[in-house]
Amino acid sequence: MSDVNKNNNAGMENMEILLSNMLRVGVVASAVVILAGLIMFLITRQGGYPAGTYPISLQEIITGLLLLKPFAIIITGLLLLILTPVFRVGASIIIFLMEEDYLYSAITVIVFIILLAALIFGKGM
Amino acid sequence: MFLTTIFIFFISIFAGFIGALLGLGGAIIVTPALTLLFGVNIKYAIGASIVSVIATSSGAAVAYIRDKMINLRLGMFLEIATTLGAITGALITGLVYPNALFIIFGLLMLYSALAMLRKGHEEVPSPVNTVSPLAERLKLHSEYFDNMLNTQVQYKVTGIYRGFGMMYLAGVVSGLLGIGSGIFKVMAMDMVMKLPLKVSTATSNFMIGVTAAASAGVYFLRGDLNPQIAAPVALGVLFGATAGTRVMKNLKSSTIRKLFIPVLLYIGLQMLLKGLNVKL
Repeated sequence: MSDVNKNNNAGMENMEILLSNMLRVGVVASAVVILAGLIMFLITRQGGYPAGTYPISLQEIITGLLLLKPFAIIITGLLLLILTPVFRVGASIIIFLMEEDYLYSAITVIVFIILLAALIFGKGM
Repeated sequence: MFLTTIFIFFISIFAGFIGALLGLGGAIIVTPALTLLFGVNIKYAIGASIVSVIATSSGAAVAYIRDKMINLRLGMFLEIATTLGAITGALITGLVYPNALFIIFGLLMLYSALAMLRKGHEEVPSPVNTVSPLAERLKLHSEYFDNMLNTQVQYKVTGIYRGFGMMYLAGVVSGLLGIGSGIFKVMAMDMVMKLPLKVSTATSNFMIGVTAAASAGVYFLRGDLNPQIAAPVALGVLFGATAGTRVMKNLKSSTIRKLFIPVLLYIGLQMLLKGLNVKL
C-alpha cells in the first residue's frame, strides 16, 4: 500500500470515530427527550392537548415545550431523531472537506442538496 | 394505555434488533404489528414505521461506523441513486402503472433468495477478478474486521454501474411502494457489487435513515407522527438496534443470510401479489 493510501485510511479512521461520536450524542439526546415526555405522559395520563390531537407546527411545539406538555416534548425528541441522518450527511461534508477529499465532499454535497430538495418538494405534496 | 405502550415498546425492540442485523428498517415488523395487533390506524402505523427506519439506522450506525463495518464512501455514492430514485418514485406516482415494476422486483427478490440459498455457507465473497477502474477512482475498496472469523477481511467492489442503476430503481420502487428500501440495498450490494454480507447490511443500515429522513418531514407535517405511538416505537427500536449491532458482529455471515432469505421470500411474494392485483 502506498503512503498516500495509508494516510487516507488513517484519516478515514479518525473521521469514522468522530462521526460515530457525534451521532451517538444526537441519538442519546433524542432518546432522553422522548423518554422524558413518555414518562410524563404515562404518569399524568395527559398529553397536554385535546384528546386525539398533538402539535404539528413548529410554533405549537415550542409553546408546548415551554409549558412542558408531554406530547410537545415527545415530538421534539422525535424531530431530533429525524434530524440525525440529515445531520450525519452534513457532518460528513465537513469531515470529507477536512480530509481534503474533494471528490467525496462533492458527492456528499449532492446528497445533501437532493435531501433538502426532497424536503421542500415534500411540502408541496 | 400503559400496557399498550409497553407492548409496542417490546415489539419495537424486536424490530430494531432484526433491522440492525439485516440492514432493514424494521418497518416490515412495526407496520403489521401496529395495525394487526393494536388496531392502530394505518396512517399512524406508517408514520411510526418511518420513525422506526430512522431509529434503526441511527441506532445501528453509531456502532457500525465505529467498528468500520460501514463502507461510508460507497454509502454516500449510492445515496445519490436512492434519493434520486425516491424522488422519481414520488413524482411518477399516479402517472405510471407500477404493477410491472412490482412484478419485476418481486421476481428479482425471489431470484435473489435462490441465489442467496446457493451461496450457503460462504463467509466471505470470492475475490473479485474484474478490475473496476471506476471503483478505483472512487476509492471504494475497503476492509473490515470480522469478529467471527477473527481476521481482517479486505474486499473489492465491482459492478458499480449496475449497482448504481439498481439502487436508483430500488429508490423508485420503494418510493412507489413505501417498503423494501433496505432489502433492495442489501440485495444490490450483495449480489451485484459483491460486498461481504456484513458490510452490505451495515452500509444499508447507514443509508436507509438518510432516505427515510427525506420523507419523514412530509409525514410529520401531515400529522402522521402520533407521539403516543411513535414514542415507544422510537425508544424500543433504538434499544433493539443497539443490541443488534453487538450480536451482528459475532454472527456468521451464513447465519445472517439464513435470516435474510425468508424475509426476501416474504416481501418478494408480497410485491408479486401486489403487482398481480391479488388481495389477501
